[in-house]
Amino acid sequence: MKLPTFLHEFGIPRLLIAVFLIGLFGVAVATHMDLKSLISDSIVRVGRNGILVLALLPAIQGGIGLNFGLPLGIICGLVGAVISLNANVHGFAGVALAAGIGVALAIPVGAGYGWLLNRTRGQEMMVGTYLGFAIVSMMSVFWLLAPFQNPTLVWAIGGRGLRTTLSLGGIYDKVLDRWLQFTVGGIQIPGGTLLVFLGFCFLVWLFFRTRMGITIAAARSSTQFARAAGISDERTRIQATVVSTVLAAIGIVVFSQSYGFVQLYTAPLLMAFPVIACILIGGATVSRATIGHVLVGTFLFQSILTVALPVTSQVIQGDISETARLIIQNGMILYALTRVGRA
Amino acid sequence: MKRAILRYSVPLLFVALCVFGIVVAKITPPFLLSEMFVRIGRNSLLVLSLLIPILAGLGLNFGIVIGAMAGQAAAILVVHWGIPGIAGFGLAWALATPIAIVLGILTGALFNRAKGREMVTGLIAGFFANGLYQLLFLFAVGSLIPFHSPAMVLPQGYGLRNTVDLSSIQYAIDDLIKVRFMLEGVEIRVPVVTYAIIAAFCFLTLFLFRTRLGQQFRAMGQDAHVATIAGIPVERNRVVATVLSTVLAAWGQLLFMQNIGTLNTYSSHEQVGMFAIAALLVSGATVTQATVGQALLGTVLFHTLFVVSPLAGKALAGDAQIGEYFRVFVAYAVITVALVLHAWQSARASREASQRTP
Repeated sequence: MKLPTFLHEFGIPRLLIAVFLIGLFGVAVATHMDLKSLISDSIVRVGRNGILVLALLPAIQGGIGLNFGLPLGIICGLVGAVISLNANVHGFAGVALAAGIGVALAIPVGAGYGWLLNRTRGQEMMVGTYLGFAIVSMMSVFWLLAPFQNPTLVWAIGGRGLRTTLSLGGIYDKVLDRWLQFTVGGIQIPGGTLLVFLGFCFLVWLFFRTRMGITIAAARSSTQFARAAGISDERTRIQATVVSTVLAAIGIVVFSQSYGFVQLYTAPLLMAFPVIACILIGGATVSRATIGHVLVGTFLFQSILTVALPVTSQVIQGDISETARLIIQNGMILYALTRVGRA
Repeated sequence: MKRAILRYSVPLLFVALCVFGIVVAKITPPFLLSEMFVRIGRNSLLVLSLLIPILAGLGLNFGIVIGAMAGQAAAILVVHWGIPGIAGFGLAWALATPIAIVLGILTGALFNRAKGREMVTGLIAGFFANGLYQLLFLFAVGSLIPFHSPAMVLPQGYGLRNTVDLSSIQYAIDDLIKVRFMLEGVEIRVPVVTYAIIAAFCFLTLFLFRTRLGQQFRAMGQDAHVATIAGIPVERNRVVATVLSTVLAAWGQLLFMQNIGTLNTYSSHEQVGMFAIAALLVSGATVTQATVGQALLGTVLFHTLFVVSPLAGKALAGDAQIGEYFRVFVAYAVITVALVLHAWQSARASREASQRTP
């Protein structure tokens, strides 16, 4: 069977996902659910996850592929968040301090990670995945032994070891979400977080128009020409990895303030997978991605995740959304992996 | 001498780590021995299931998780029908086989579409299969599929409970011939039949390596391109290797569960791949080279650390949790190092090859 061209370009999985989302909204309308709150919840989650998804873009454009090593940057951001909490810095200053420390850590970490990826060409995704797993579990030991004393952060019993989730209530819980918050037709929109997300999208767009950004993309798309032009693709790949890791560090700080909690220990272990699914659903491939893919994909996937739970619980008891997430997310990644070098 | 130390650096490091833990936690030999007898019986077959894809050049088969799911599905059916003992276990083993073959063919076909990325594909395929597994056992069972067993189904009428009691087939193999002895007051059980089965599979694997198919696998593992030119049906053989691995994993998981005696319906299979792979790599095996001896040695070393680590963590820092996080870290770190070394070597090899041919 030959599919129409536009359908072929759009991709069957993407089509199924779009139909699924429309179906979910259809059920929501039919059962008279509160559509407005569903939509505003979706938008909150777009802002929450956006920068993490954006962090994948430089890695794809730099020729590294899907950055399964995202937890490396996430860990940097979490260290920043914990330090800022330990110092008891409130409000915007707290978010800025957390992100600042995160970025400061993410630059050397990203450079080291990029250096390793240069030496393990062809297996970047596998190396990234397991490096991420190893670092997250190493940091679990660190969180237990870290010399933080602030009683709001450590376990009440024993007085040592950070808690698994740190509440940001009263510190910088939702400061960006509440900043510039407005309501359109009953739909609440977290203006600040969205503005920050779009701001970073613009910065990344701008970055790929600077000299460094152009060389990064050029080295990926035509390595031989780039070499002839005096661009070392080893260098550009490290630059791309650093940008990706830095964005992941900022991304998790924005995520945490919106979520209201900082999650430590094993929480970052599997964080890369849903984020990767987002950008793929948006239309990205292992070797090509745009800001548009980031925006569309984040909106589609996060809406499904938000809407699926309340809607399906109207129809059946029990939480099918987690199962649906596993199937959609990993099905999408599998689809992308089998299409490398084709599309 | 120096080269020998370098070659065996990973297992030697692990032996040192284990000995350190044993000394720190003051673990007595009888306790360790009794734990190890059990754990070797439980895990060896799962580790053995990794060998064939490595020989065939597919790398570490992270997709054995899918085989484990097939084994669990069979175990659930057998418990549901209430067939106890060795008959139940035998039936489970027989039922798991066709399920694992079908799933293995699908996984193999997927690997053929993602050449060079089999490992990450296998990992994600495991996650994907986990979603389908949840859909089947958490939602379809009892609603779409008739399944009435109040002891197994959730109160809402569909979906399996979080644990399935396997006591009807527990020790079906382990205690087929009971051998126990006392050592310094600790009872040590030796699961003789389990060991016999593991030994049989060791020999079968060795035998397979020497058959025509095994030689074809070896040729594919060395150079898939040359193997194709030599007339070896590479794509078909890759599927065969994946099927064999998946079936072995299903059997291995059943052997594992008959020892444990309970099935955590939604989580027993999740870490099977990671632990089996880490165990194999601890012995010094690589992504492209692994032997039966290494599989057994790795199982012993890795599970010694597994027993020792929480106890050592408790003795050192007063917190068993540290030891638990540490052993997970070790498992991931071992896999990471092996992957990095493999990718590093193959990247260098391809660079040198491209320099030779101008």
